[in-house]
Amino acid sequence: MNTTQPFTGMYNETTAWTLTFAAWLVASVSTLGALFFGEVMQLPPCVLCWYQRIFMFPLVLILPIGLFPFDRKVVRYALPLAALGWLFAVFHLLLIAGVIPESIKPCTQGVPCSQKVIEWFGFVTIPLLSVVAFSTLIALLVLTYSRSSK
Amino acid sequence: MKQKTLFIVAAVVLLLVFLIGTLAYKSEKTGQSAQLAERNRANLVRMHSPAFGKPDAPVVIVEFFDPACGTCREFYPLVKKMMAANPERIRLVLRYAPFHNGSDKVVAVLEAARKQGKFWPALEVLLGAQASWAPQHTPQVALVWRHLEGLGLNLEQLKVDMTAPEIAHVIAQDIEDARALNVTMTPEYFVNGKPLPSFGYEQLKKLVDDALNEAQRR
Repeated sequence: MNTTQPFTGMYNETTAWTLTFAAWLVASVSTLGALFFGEVMQLPPCVLCWYQRIFMFPLVLILPIGLFPFDRKVVRYALPLAALGWLFAVFHLLLIAGVIPESIKPCTQGVPCSQKVIEWFGFVTIPLLSVVAFSTLIALLVLTYSRSSK
Repeated sequence: MKQKTLFIVAAVVLLLVFLIGTLAYKSEKTGQSAQLAERNRANLVRMHSPAFGKPDAPVVIVEFFDPACGTCREFYPLVKKMMAANPERIRLVLRYAPFHNGSDKVVAVLEAARKQGKFWPALEVLLGAQASWAPQHTPQVALVWRHLEGLGLNLEQLKVDMTAPEIAHVIAQDIEDARALNVTMTPEYFVNGKPLPSFGYEQLKKLVDDALNEAQRR
């Protein structure tokens, strides 16, 4: 790329836009995936899954609002959601992995959160997908911020 | 402009993938549950199951139900209406799927009422009064007694009978059969051994009508 062109600001903004767009793709795929597990496969979500959904679903709407027209402030609104969702996802993953003992799991009724309802290739569980999605979101949002700040 | 197009295309593609995935999953599931019902025919009807209608009726509806389930309550009169519209041609077999916590106790009450020949009246009274003995979908057996008072049941005897081991056995067998047939929600219907393709009154009606027509031709 020609860095001496006068519109370097434009270049950064396009990159930042693409990064936020990618974040929206991740949030949308995660949301549709969660809906597929819950509504199509009829797997009842446990309590921790609901908290992760609470932080994932709004991103599908918040991120596009920052895309048209592009507004770098969208990071300020989206990142707290992604960060909190990530914490719940990590907690859930550790619970499933057995690192966190059963006794402090927050759900006692309904579906136990420590139950693995899906295990693809022997290691891919829903909480793992959730951690991967939230981590990717955080990375993309942080990159958006750094690309659009200068 | 290009960005907007990109966004819209991506959104449409995602939704399409979701829809196609849903349809593919549903059609695979339907095939599986039909096969499952075919393979586990023995689990469908047991000698002990309460039944209503002519024993050799050409169409047999097997219903897995939970007395505390609201949808079961709403479907009960619909099924009765179907039977009334086709007298002597439909038989209803009830199986228990007490998925609500505490429902098994209410099922035991029904089974004990059956010993006194009052199963159907007791069932109808309890379904009608469901909201009062199962507040917030939480069945409480202590709340059912006053609804049974007008039926001429010997309630003292009933309370003794409901703890009988054969009743516990019936409930355990039904739950096991529900599991074998992959019944996870109530009510679940099987019409002449065929499960509903998807849940709904229309689907049930169509399955019953098809079975009636088929019986007519034979």
